[in-house]
Amino acid sequence: MTKLLRLMLAALFLGACATFTYAGDLDSFKGKSGILKIAGGTAHIPVMKEAAKMINEAHPDIRITIAGGGSGVGIKQAGEGLIDIGNAGRKATDKEIGTYGLVMHRWAIDGVGVVVNPKNPVTELTTEQLQGIFSGKIVNWKELGGEDRAINLYDRDAASGTRSVFWKKGLKKVEVSPKANVVPSNGAMKTAISGDPYSIGFVSVGHIDDSATPVTLDGVAPTLDNVRNGSFTVSRGIYSITKGDAEGLAKLFIEFLFSPTGQELVQAKGFVAVK
Amino acid sequence: MAMGSGLLLIAILLMMTILGWPLLESGRFLALFSTDWNPQGQSYGILPMVMGSLRITLLALLFSLPMSISAACLVELLAPRPLRRLLLITIRFMAGIPTVVYGFVAVFLLVPLMREYIVKGSGFSILTASLVLAVLIAPTMIIFFVNGMQSVPRSYCAAVDSLGARPMQKLVYLLLPQAYPTFLVGIVLGLGRAMGDTLISLMLAGNSVAMPDSIAESGRTLTGHIALVIAADFSSMEFTTIFVCGLTLSLFTIFLVLSIRLLGHFGADRVIKVEAPGKLAHE
Repeated sequence: MTKLLRLMLAALFLGACATFTYAGDLDSFKGKSGILKIAGGTAHIPVMKEAAKMINEAHPDIRITIAGGGSGVGIKQAGEGLIDIGNAGRKATDKEIGTYGLVMHRWAIDGVGVVVNPKNPVTELTTEQLQGIFSGKIVNWKELGGEDRAINLYDRDAASGTRSVFWKKGLKKVEVSPKANVVPSNGAMKTAISGDPYSIGFVSVGHIDDSATPVTLDGVAPTLDNVRNGSFTVSRGIYSITKGDAEGLAKLFIEFLFSPTGQELVQAKGFVAVK
Repeated sequence: MAMGSGLLLIAILLMMTILGWPLLESGRFLALFSTDWNPQGQSYGILPMVMGSLRITLLALLFSLPMSISAACLVELLAPRPLRRLLLITIRFMAGIPTVVYGFVAVFLLVPLMREYIVKGSGFSILTASLVLAVLIAPTMIIFFVNGMQSVPRSYCAAVDSLGARPMQKLVYLLLPQAYPTFLVGIVLGLGRAMGDTLISLMLAGNSVAMPDSIAESGRTLTGHIALVIAADFSSMEFTTIFVCGLTLSLFTIFLVLSIRLLGHFGADRVIKVEAPGKLAHE
């Protein structure tokens, strides 16, 4: 029992150390107060929430509200001045930038890789083959050099940001077969793929580990490095958008995202850091 | 209290109708019940999900009902006395296990089994989900069935026992017919639980939007559909369909409950007939 207690205390202590490693990054908020309103893309929320929690614990006078709504909502509301920071998982269009005078801050990059079960011998695909698989034209692993078993497709719901980038840049907008199984999250996708030897699906690059084997697409492996240097193209910027240059709390918040603590948070939540 | 909850139900139904109105109004009401769900192509058919919900629910009931009735008979009458208590405790414990535990265990144990030996494919199927749902709703039904049989008046039991009836005869001629209304309540609750459960179907049914050809294929329920689409843009048409799904789900549940209640009315005559001479005997 005492051993367990000691272990827990040690873990607690280590956790505390990790939290305060770059505590200096929060100093710029000192003496500030007010409300910061953030809304938009849902992929951003884990990082935003964690950042808000850190800021709030150190400086309780600052209140940060975070809402979802999707990239479109984030851009529109930031442009109309309803919120201070709008999140978007895509670049604002030239028209949107022109109308509202928006400034984009890209603080992370998200890559989406195709994954199969570790037992599957097929680990290389071309875009054409990928399109064939997901549209339901290629239905057996035999056709790709694997076992004589039906391919089990795993898809995400249309609202998923991971799916939208995969569909646009990975599948080049080929319609996915309606017979595909649909899972509700990156985590559920990984569980499904790791349990099913004849499966294929896609997850955010940050989520790839031993339980799912990444598939090389047109000769490029979906790794954090390849996403960072731009050779793996199924990726997107994670943006925060302000109307004009960021000011006040919004400016401090965005600076915090670019600070070592912020960028570490970005990596912890499975994105590629930009600094 | 009852009045309040009744009003609340009506208020919820009204709210869903109002929020789902843009879709109902734009003349696409019938298009809602098409088989094609493809938000990018502006088609929002929820018929595959309606069928998915109905199939999973009814299949779960089909598996669960015989199992529950026999378990209840065992607990009440047929098992040796010490075993009865143990069984009842186990069943009560089962009623408290969270859904997610069943779902999670099934993902790792039942799904591979289904994939390799029974349904082939990915193992995520309507059949898989309904099997687990059957286990989930069984305790609720068993507890109701047992309570129903326990509430049969002692004097009837004594009368039947004194006539020298064997346990099986007592069950078939006295307990089951007498407890019939309570059985229906148990079934209604089990059905409601199966229809309303989201997690089991979300984790195990596969959630594909295609109209399933057989129960061995992947399918999506209305509840699972709501859980998946709720992340969509709040102002999109896609999001609006959620309210229509909720409305459809509620109406289906109400319809099922009402039809079972109606069934109860027909059966009730028989129960009262047996009861009347019993009352006379007491006087």
